[in-house]
Amino acid sequence: MSTIETPAVNKAIGKVRPHQTQNERLVFEKSSPGKKAYKLAPLDVPEVDPEALLGDAVRKDPPGLPELSEIEIIRHFTRLSTWNYAIDLGMYPLGSCTMKYNPRVNEWVSRIRGLAEAHPYRPDSLAQGILNIIDLLQKCLIEITGMDTITLQPAAGAHGEFTGILLVRAWHESQGNARKKIIIPDSAHGTNPATAAICGYQVENLKSNAEGGIDLEALTAQVDEETAALMLTNPSTIGVFEEQIHKIADILHDKGALLYMDGANMNALVGKVRPGDFGVDVMHLNLHKTFSTPHGGGGPGSGPVACKKFLEPFLPTPVLVQDENGMKTWNYDRPQSVGRVRAFYGNTGMFIRALAYILANGPDGLRQTTEDAVLNANYIRKKLEDVYELPYKTPSMHEVVFSDKKQVAKGVKTGDIAKRLIDYGFHPYTVSFPLIVPGALMIEPTESESLEELDLFIDAMRSIAKEVEETPELVKSAPHSTRISRLDEVKAARKPVLRWKPE
Amino acid sequence: MAYPTNYRYTREHEWISVEGKIGTIGITDYAQNSLGDIVYVDAPKVGDTVTAHATFGSVESVKAVSDLFSPVSGTVTETNESLKTEPDKINSAPHETWIIKVELSDPAQFDGLLDAAAYEAFIAEEQ
Repeated sequence: MSTIETPAVNKAIGKVRPHQTQNERLVFEKSSPGKKAYKLAPLDVPEVDPEALLGDAVRKDPPGLPELSEIEIIRHFTRLSTWNYAIDLGMYPLGSCTMKYNPRVNEWVSRIRGLAEAHPYRPDSLAQGILNIIDLLQKCLIEITGMDTITLQPAAGAHGEFTGILLVRAWHESQGNARKKIIIPDSAHGTNPATAAICGYQVENLKSNAEGGIDLEALTAQVDEETAALMLTNPSTIGVFEEQIHKIADILHDKGALLYMDGANMNALVGKVRPGDFGVDVMHLNLHKTFSTPHGGGGPGSGPVACKKFLEPFLPTPVLVQDENGMKTWNYDRPQSVGRVRAFYGNTGMFIRALAYILANGPDGLRQTTEDAVLNANYIRKKLEDVYELPYKTPSMHEVVFSDKKQVAKGVKTGDIAKRLIDYGFHPYTVSFPLIVPGALMIEPTESESLEELDLFIDAMRSIAKEVEETPELVKSAPHSTRISRLDEVKAARKPVLRWKPE
Repeated sequence: MAYPTNYRYTREHEWISVEGKIGTIGITDYAQNSLGDIVYVDAPKVGDTVTAHATFGSVESVKAVSDLFSPVSGTVTETNESLKTEPDKINSAPHETWIIKVELSDPAQFDGLLDAAAYEAFIAEEQ
C-alpha cells in the first residue's frame, strides 16, 4: 500500500472510491480436498466398470480441478467482478476502441427465446425469423457504408481485415496476378500489417505528412503494378478525416490497386459520409464498436466485411439468398469463394443486438450519434489543450490525441497519467498509440457520455496535470486506490507466468 | 548519451559500424529510449540476406513492436544470441549491444548513411 496522502483536490473530485482490500487468492489456491459444490442422487442403476468399457482410454489421474463449496465459488467470482471496471460504472475513454454504452434494449431483444435458442442446424424453412434479421442487418449495413454487398461471418475486426484482404487477393488472382505488396500508413493499427503479412503480402510503410494524413506525392511514388491495396483507416488513428480520400482512391485505381478501409473509426462517419461513395472497394465494420454490441472481455466481437460488386463472387460461403418463394436460404454453390472463415454464419447474437441498435436509433438517430461523438471529443480537446500538448492541430473527429511532452519535463509519462486516472475512477485512455505521436494520450469519449461525466473526466485530467507540476511522485507511483498497486509490466513481459502450478 | 563518431546511422534509428567487409548493426540510444523497456528481439538467421532500407526483424517493448530497418544490404554472418535472454542490454548499453553482423554486398552504402552529427541534428528535429 502506498503511504502517499490523497490530496484535497482528489477529495473535491468526489470520484475516488475505496476498493475492497481483502486479498483474493486464485481459485486453485483456495481448493481443499474433498470439497464439492454438487450433490448427486444415490446410484439407482447397475454400476459399470469404466476400465472395461474404455480400456486404455480411461483416465488414471483425476483432473487437477479446484475443489470448493458453492458459496466459495460464488464469492470468489463476485469479488473479482467488483474489482473490474466497465462502461456500466463510468466513462471508458479508450481511444480507437469506441467503448460505447451497450443499450439494454439490445440485450432484451437478443434474449427473446426464439432468437436466443435458435440452433444453427435448424432447417432454413424453420429459421426464417433469424434469417430475416440477418438479411435486414446486411441491408442496413450496406446502406450505411454505401457498398454493394456484405458478409457477416468474420468474428471481429482483425478477422474482418483478414477476410477483406483475402477478397483482394482472390480478385487480383482472378485478374492473373496476385501482386506482391500492401501499403500501410505509419499511423495504422498493428493488425493491418499483420493481416497483410498473413495473407502473403509484403508490407510497405507509408509515412504520414505533417497533418497526420496521407502524403499524396509519396503515395503516388509508392503505388505500382505490384501494389495489391492500400489499407487505410479513415478517420485516421489521430482522429483526422482524410480529406483527399477521393484522390487517394484514384491514385490506387489508376494502377489497378484496391482501397481497403479499416472501419475501426466508423463511429465518426455513420449517417454523414459513406465509404462506398468515396472510393473504398472493401472495408470491415466492428459491430462491437460502432454498433454498440459488447466489447472486450464480454464480447464476442463481430467484424462484417462490405465490398463492391466486383468482389462479390469471392465472398466467404455460404451467402444468404432468397429463393423463388421468397424464402431466405443459404447458398453454398460459390466456385470462386475464398471459402468459409467462421463456423456457421458468425456471431449471430451480435447481429440481433446491432440491428436493435440501428432500428432503435433510425437514420436521424444514428446521424445524431455521430455528431455527439464528434462534439464530445472536441469538447475534451478544447478543455484540455492548454495543459496537454496537442501534436496535430488538424480538426478532430471522434477522438483526440494529446502527447505527454509537457509532463515528460517532470519525468511523468503517458502511462503514469493513465494509471493515476484509475484513482479518479476512470478507465485509462489508450496509451502510447498511435506510434506517430511519441507519448500519446488517445482519448475517445463516444457519444454515450453526458456533459456532467465529460466534466468529471476533464476535472480529473486537469487535476492530474496539476499534480504532475506539484507532486510528480504521486503520479509516477499511481495507482493508489486499487487493491494491487503498480504491476511490473516489464517483468511480466520478459518472464511471463502463464499458468498456476501446484507447489 | 554520445553517438560514436565512427558509426553511421539511419533515419529509422539503427546504427552500423564496419570493419573490413563486416558491418555490425544495433539500435540507437534515441530508439531504445523512445521504445522503453525492450522485452523481445526478433532477428534473422545466419545466412539470411538483408536489404538496405527494408525490415530485417523487430524489437518488442512493453509499449509496441517496432520494425528494424537494415542500413545496408548483405548476408547475415552472426546474430547476438545473448539477446534471447537479456534483451534489456539494448536499454542499458544501446551502442555496445549489437543485434546482427552482416557481410556487406555494397560497402559504398555505408558512406551514404548519416554520420553522428547529422543523426544528432535529425533527432533534435524529431523531438
